[in-house]
Amino acid sequence: MELKTPLYDVHVEEGGKIVPFAGYLLPVQYGTGVIKEHMAVREACGMFDVSHMGEVRFTGKTSLATLNHILTNDFSDMTIGKVRYTVMCNEHGGCVDDLIIYKFGEEEYLAVVNAANKDKDFAHMKANLLPGTEAVDISDQVSEIALQGPKAPAILAELVPADQIPKGYYTAKRGVMIDGMECMISRTGYTGELGYEIYTANENVVRLWKLLRKTGEPYGLIPCGLGARDTLRMEAGMPLYGHEMDEEISPLEADLGFGVKLDKEEFIGKQALVEKGELTRVRVGLEVVGRGIVRDHQDLYVGDKKVGFSTSGTHCPYLNKPVAMALVDVAYSELGTEIEADVRGRRVLCKVVPYVFYKRSKKQ
Amino acid sequence: MKVLADLKYSKSHEWLKEDSDVCTVGLTDFAQEELGDIVFVNLPMVGDAVTAGETFADVESVKAVVDVYSPVTGVVTEVNEELIDNPAMANEAPYDAWLIKVAEVTETEELLDAEAYEAHCAAEKE
Repeated sequence: MELKTPLYDVHVEEGGKIVPFAGYLLPVQYGTGVIKEHMAVREACGMFDVSHMGEVRFTGKTSLATLNHILTNDFSDMTIGKVRYTVMCNEHGGCVDDLIIYKFGEEEYLAVVNAANKDKDFAHMKANLLPGTEAVDISDQVSEIALQGPKAPAILAELVPADQIPKGYYTAKRGVMIDGMECMISRTGYTGELGYEIYTANENVVRLWKLLRKTGEPYGLIPCGLGARDTLRMEAGMPLYGHEMDEEISPLEADLGFGVKLDKEEFIGKQALVEKGELTRVRVGLEVVGRGIVRDHQDLYVGDKKVGFSTSGTHCPYLNKPVAMALVDVAYSELGTEIEADVRGRRVLCKVVPYVFYKRSKKQ
Repeated sequence: MKVLADLKYSKSHEWLKEDSDVCTVGLTDFAQEELGDIVFVNLPMVGDAVTAGETFADVESVKAVVDVYSPVTGVVTEVNEELIDNPAMANEAPYDAWLIKVAEVTETEELLDAEAYEAHCAAEKE
């Protein structure tokens, strides 16, 4: 049976079309539809219920050493209030999950993981803790709202004093009071747009949602569902677990090397990644040149030779064209390479392009 | 949900308008509502044969792709080129945004009238 987030009734009231996702009942879209929701985030602001995400709290004297052991990134130089993206590898160098780490103290960190993986992740973390680290799954107590789009700072500024709003990308502030509700705010997101993720206790979240909704309305804020969340991250070239990476795909193949510090002395999966040596396949972006939409897991060909498969793909509303991401043989990964996708028996011509299809202008 | 009295409907949510020598086929309001924003329509060519109960086109929304089934057996005489260029028409005006016109019709699937189709949709919503 699927779980409901504390905002379930609000989604129904808002006209959300509810679908099962990662063990939860969540809105795939609201009345306005995916395209309008997507455009609201690019041009004004959108809000998402992301309470299904998992949160694990790490405390204890060896917390830093534990994170450096079980995760691929290096947290040694991280300062308090910073956020860092990382992958968690298995022994074979495949991905258990991708996640973000918040640092709140020298002996206190928070990991935010994908909903679909949280039980698996927590078991993997527990099994690999160093003595002196405690890990607690607090997912059931925490709700989360993502406020994303160029108007997000103005909306938040109506509710929170300027010095309580995190300024730098991938930074966070804890203990922020929003109308009497204690929140943690980070400048993070999954849309390629300026925005925030706001965490609070379950009992606050309905009131927080309604307050943000009302405050944001004059700015063009609308609620957005899972559909827009996917098209937005796709357009921004952001990877999704189970698509661009999984237990069989390494983070290097997924082109996430920026979050994999092979110069670290040791971490789970390092040996396997080093032993694999040169990559044989890598993540690329595909622009669909022919007519059609390339979805995930469609085979890719150059002539009769199978050269890989698509990992995600959709029509991107802001670009107003279909794009895809794919895992292809390195020999066919050069920009401009022409590759055909087998779309339900029909060949659709694509071209290799950078996978960051949309980049927000820094002027905002 | 909008249903027009002068059309016939398939259980797979296509509508059929029967004129003396040509039939027009489209997607119902229920279908477009379920699909969400439609962004791509792949239609057959003029002259192609279609068969009752078999797929002749596919329609994609942002999130999903569905096959469209022909309610009749016959030959395609016209395809809606405007819809190919502007797939959102199928959301905005589903009963104007026809997909194909079919002539030389030799067979028609068992279809529902407006009232029966409404009941069918209500049951599917359950």
